[in-house]
Amino acid sequence: MPKSYLVCRKDELKEGDRRVVSCDGTEIGVFNVEGQIVAWHNECPHRSGPVCQGRIYKRVIEPVADDGTVRALAYDEKVTNIVCSWHGYEFDLKTGANQGYDKIKLRRAQFEERDGHIYVVV
Amino acid sequence: MNQPVVGVPQMLPAQVIDTSTDSREILRHARMAARRRKLQDWFVVDVDAHHVETVSWQEVVQYIDDPVVRDQALYFHRDRIGAPPYGLNGDLGLRYQSVGGRIPHQDGLREKVEDTSVHRDVTLTRRAMDSLGVDNMVVFPTPMLFLGLHPQPEMEVWLSRAYNKWMQEKLLSADDRIKFLAVLPYNTPEESERVVQETAGKKGIIGYAIPSTRHAPVHHNKYMRLYRMIEETGMPVSFHAGYHWDDPSLKTVNRFLGMHALGFAWPNIVHCTNWILNGIPIRFPKLKVIWIESGIAWAPFLMQRLDDQFLMRPSEAPHLKRLPSEYMRDHCWYTTQPMEATNLKALECTMEMIKADTQLLFASDWPHFDFDVPSEITDLPFLSEQAKRNILGLNAAKIFNLDPTPVKQL
Repeated sequence: MPKSYLVCRKDELKEGDRRVVSCDGTEIGVFNVEGQIVAWHNECPHRSGPVCQGRIYKRVIEPVADDGTVRALAYDEKVTNIVCSWHGYEFDLKTGANQGYDKIKLRRAQFEERDGHIYVVV
Repeated sequence: MNQPVVGVPQMLPAQVIDTSTDSREILRHARMAARRRKLQDWFVVDVDAHHVETVSWQEVVQYIDDPVVRDQALYFHRDRIGAPPYGLNGDLGLRYQSVGGRIPHQDGLREKVEDTSVHRDVTLTRRAMDSLGVDNMVVFPTPMLFLGLHPQPEMEVWLSRAYNKWMQEKLLSADDRIKFLAVLPYNTPEESERVVQETAGKKGIIGYAIPSTRHAPVHHNKYMRLYRMIEETGMPVSFHAGYHWDDPSLKTVNRFLGMHALGFAWPNIVHCTNWILNGIPIRFPKLKVIWIESGIAWAPFLMQRLDDQFLMRPSEAPHLKRLPSEYMRDHCWYTTQPMEATNLKALECTMEMIKADTQLLFASDWPHFDFDVPSEITDLPFLSEQAKRNILGLNAAKIFNLDPTPVKQL
């Protein structure tokens, strides 16, 4: 039977914050990404690394000019990536899709918001 | 309506893993994976892991034999502002392995170590072994792997000898589980012979390491006495690969990803080609050679290339009585890491071609950015359990003459 785990009050989880918790052994990361709450299992699809404990970066892009040349790298301010600290696999924190190959995805965790609190359901 | 059952979750100790996170927490999932696969009962040898010897460089240089050079090193570290490690060549700032901090353990393991009864690197190695599920770990240096390109061959001799002595005194004496392949100053063959003479049979030394990043012809007559000596010890010799930005053949590669992908395979491809075509396995049939840290996907490529060309030009490799690929299969050993596994069919074919059952040795390369864990071997769908046990530890037990009794604490 599914069980709910109280993670925190919703207003405690500010933009850019996270809570990575163990629910009797099931590890889940809850994130506030630009006001959107998302939750992922803390297990990288690559080698089961602790992906939710990775650093967060804006996605790197390389703009191409009309003449086909490139000059500099840049951050795409619209996409926030989480990076698995084990091997550097990068995932869109909102969609869970891998940057290099979007068929590789983080495993979505179930959560609910109730009475101003965030619960994960395992 | 039933009230939902509400539990209290536990916050993980490191919300964000960084360079100060305890490596046991970084590798907690590896330990869980090893437990789930019951690796406690498997003998596992990690044939290639690393420490960062330059963290201890002020200790290491105290072991330089030459009193003048030793003093120069000590003064250099005492007086020179912003001093890099004395005497080391290499690529200084061109070390982008952590991808701008995305893989923090590659940049540094600055975790707390309370135990002062042993060198810090002993504790870090123990933590890695017990987290990965490894019984014996072979520890390699890191920046020293560029010494083969040093403009002063004497410096390769001084520093390799100093490091070998430091390693014996600080790490090998402290823990039987830590093993070492003594570093040969290969650009000076007679000094390499001296290292073999001085270290054979010493505690923890189970073979010899030649950093592959160099432009030395491994088939030159000047090395034959060295190979004979190593063959007589019964221990293997290894070539540990490494990239280098100054390699002329890689000069146009501008991304570290490209440099690392090619640079870690290329020197071993070159050395293995010379090794085989010049008949070293025929001249020294009992000499065991290990190709380290090039992954394994290069092997079938080279096997096919050499076989194809050899059959058209056998007079240029008259030692060979069989196909080059057969010597690569029967007379060479390979370490797994970084095991290319995005195409399992190709990996299966590779393992079959190199006869992984007997010739393949697990390596993690911890704490580098592309490290592997033992469960990558146990989870392969096409290997028998015996083959997995061989790759993870029993092949190493055989060629290094190790006691295959598991001792780790998972």
